Amino acid sequence: MAKDIIKELKKYNLLGRSGSGFPTGLKWELVKNCRADKKYIICNGSEGEPKNFKDKFILENYPEIVIEGIKTALGAINNSSAFIYLRKDYYQKFNDNLEKLIKELPIKIIKKQGGYLGGEETVICQALEGRRLEPRIKPPFPTEFGLWGYPTLVNNVETFYCAGKISQGRYEGTRFYTITGDVKNQGVYELPKKYTVKEILKKTDNYPDFDFFVQSGGGAMGEILLEKELNKTIQGIGCIVVFNAEKTDPFALMKEWTKFFLAENCDRCAPCREGIYRIDEMLNNKKMDKQALNDIFFVLKETSLCPLGANAYTPFETLIKKIIK
Amino acid sequence: MIEIIINGKKIKTEEGKTILEAARENNIDIPALCNHSDLKPGASCRICAVEIKGSKKLLPACATKARPNMEVITDSPKISKTRKINLELLFSQHKEECFDCVWNGECSLLDLVDKYKVKINRFDDRKKNYPVYQFGNAIQFDSSKCIDCRNCIEACHLQGVDFLEIKERGSLFQVVPSETKDCIYCGQCLIHCPAGAFESVGEFEDIEKPLKQKDKIVVFQFAPSIRSTLGEEFGMSYGKLVTGKIVAGLKRLGVDKIFDTCVGADFTTTSEAEEVVERIKSNKNLPILTSCCPSWVKFLEQKYPEFIPNISTTRSPQVILGGLIKTYWAKEQGLDPKKIFVVSVMPCTAKKFEIIRPENNVLGMRPVDCVLTTREFARLLMRHNIDLSKLKPEKMDNMFGDPSGAGVIYGASGGVMESAFRTAYEKITNTKLKNVEFKQVRGMQGVKEAEVRVGSKTRKIAVINGLGLAKKFIEEIKSGKRKDYTCIEAMACPGGCVGGGGQPVPTDAKIREKRALSLYEVDKKKKIRKAHENPIVKKIYKEFLKDKKLAHKILHTSYGRKGRGLIKKI
Repeated sequence: MAKDIIKELKKYNLLGRSGSGFPTGLKWELVKNCRADKKYIICNGSEGEPKNFKDKFILENYPEIVIEGIKTALGAINNSSAFIYLRKDYYQKFNDNLEKLIKELPIKIIKKQGGYLGGEETVICQALEGRRLEPRIKPPFPTEFGLWGYPTLVNNVETFYCAGKISQGRYEGTRFYTITGDVKNQGVYELPKKYTVKEILKKTDNYPDFDFFVQSGGGAMGEILLEKELNKTIQGIGCIVVFNAEKTDPFALMKEWTKFFLAENCDRCAPCREGIYRIDEMLNNKKMDKQALNDIFFVLKETSLCPLGANAYTPFETLIKKIIK
Repeated sequence: MIEIIINGKKIKTEEGKTILEAARENNIDIPALCNHSDLKPGASCRICAVEIKGSKKLLPACATKARPNMEVITDSPKISKTRKINLELLFSQHKEECFDCVWNGECSLLDLVDKYKVKINRFDDRKKNYPVYQFGNAIQFDSSKCIDCRNCIEACHLQGVDFLEIKERGSLFQVVPSETKDCIYCGQCLIHCPAGAFESVGEFEDIEKPLKQKDKIVVFQFAPSIRSTLGEEFGMSYGKLVTGKIVAGLKRLGVDKIFDTCVGADFTTTSEAEEVVERIKSNKNLPILTSCCPSWVKFLEQKYPEFIPNISTTRSPQVILGGLIKTYWAKEQGLDPKKIFVVSVMPCTAKKFEIIRPENNVLGMRPVDCVLTTREFARLLMRHNIDLSKLKPEKMDNMFGDPSGAGVIYGASGGVMESAFRTAYEKITNTKLKNVEFKQVRGMQGVKEAEVRVGSKTRKIAVINGLGLAKKFIEEIKSGKRKDYTCIEAMACPGGCVGGGGQPVPTDAKIREKRALSLYEVDKKKKIRKAHENPIVKKIYKEFLKDKKLAHKILHTSYGRKGRGLIKKI
């Protein structure tokens, strides 16, 4: 195990792989330096972003490295114990195997509650405490006031995988990418994190020979990119969905998103609850009011409480701007 | 103390305060809709969003704690733009019925329309077909006005009732009544709703009822706390005493007789003190629990029936006075009691329920025929173009018009206990109580406890306001964690009746305190400050209530396990 793991995490500039991209070393340090008699570590395996299943792939193929990552965190953070918070189907699939790997370590596997939002870090704390599945107001951040009020480190499965690799001295700066949609070779790939979307599609032999666009960073929250915009790395989750431009109805696609957000948001903040409802209404009535859309995007981005609301505008805004025009 | 900078100005505030609290203390206005100082911030309306240096997003001032040297901007083109759009979205779920709204004239939504150039009809009302729910004969919830701030749910939860719930219907959450629990009609949901989605039953439609009793003698009584709250509806300051003006207003309405519920309270005190003495003597059913708060009584009946024997069987002030009006007073006046229509002006939505409890009937009659809340009474006056602030005070009618000081403080938490103590002390010890002021039980603290020497024994008493705290207290008695109490006063609403669900909005802790203090001022100036020394109490006990059977019918009631009350969708 690396001597000063936090220093190592910082050296490799590891960023959280849940989509938010928060510096992992800093997060560990914040929890470590908090004064408290108890601390918690949560490995977030709730993977709720549609069309994305890279964490499942990791749990299936490299569970021992994930456990190694959690073990490293347990070592780095005094008086800590850990939870692995798993989607229901992942729980069923991986619980037994993970239990075997956990052995004597203070790690408990917990079944996820609720839908998409059940994977947000403060909602996980709410769930584990048996409270209503709603995001908490931040600050305070879980790093200082998390589970039962104790400093809590919440990292994604892939982040712990990376931490495990770093701790073993085997980290090679890779990242996992789910590739789906109109491609030949759907699946999850481990590739260098510096790869652009274009490179990822090429390397996996998925680069289309037809007119297309992609959704990059998540099947719901991701941004729409045109073919000419693919020379950049992914913002958000390592997930690329390819759409055949000719065969894709952008309105049907947006409807898919509103359906997802309406079902998965918690309806607490006015901009998210009412804004997404109005986008959906416009789609149903086939009457898009550009001014109203822009206004809704603006308040979603500026005044939502949680990342779901604050990022929900991205796919709509980019699709409308680039595809519908 | 820490220093923060709001709009370029350095201000000092205590650590732990939110930006909104710090701003308000320094007279900096930040609009906020869903915030209520009684509740923990829900931060759902996003109207109080402000810019904070170092934060990419706007943050809600109501839920963001002030930190040292934080730089805050409370308005900017960006902020104004979000406020305008978010208000339009909020209006899109709120059916406007501004003339029939408990907030009329004081609507915090409407107040922002001009400032932020809000188009209130930019989007269709998405809730226009949402139902109205009615809870008993006390409260209505029009869910087509709800802006989903969930303050009502929080208030109901604080009360320990959890009758209002959030349920997902389709893809949207809605506030709905529980399918298993029951409402206690306290009206704290109403007090804390910024959108006027709650009102009492008949809040706008039935208030003329008392004036339509053409062939009846209409007798009004008004509760202790009304005298320090009604003025607010006419622009007067919080806690302003308007007793004489209420009488003048009622006379303008052409009401036949005007009495003071505080006199009823003097009877309640006298009877309850007797009960205390008896129960101490027999050492049975202690602690005795007060019975004048109908929400508290209903809560015990439905949730803690094992405590029913502990509830004082003495009727509440309005019920006793109503009963005396229809018996003693009717006889004195040579009137047919069936021809008398008694109206109570009450601070309370649950009082509407109390008068239809059959256990409260007197000789087959309802002691009170109609309850108007403080708000409803104010509206009745306004509809008749009577401006309370301009009226010259007038005197109450004789018979039940002059209460003791003890009767007046009933409107504040601790008042019932203090009144009962003044009387019970003298009955138990057969000595005069010199210092009548029982300050340990006064004030806005949720749970107040005292140990008092009465005769040879020290007695433990407790006064609780806020039903959630009362529930906790009862649980602790059940578990044995608390014991040996002689008397417990409980009021469902925070602050007691001054914070009741029938009172003017807004209501918050500071307002409740001012309302309560005024009642103690009245008491202080009274010559007679003990209920049992009130001449009318003495007279009626001597002449009329010596018939024990009759006395029981007028002064006492009974309780029992109750099923769920009426909950209907309209």
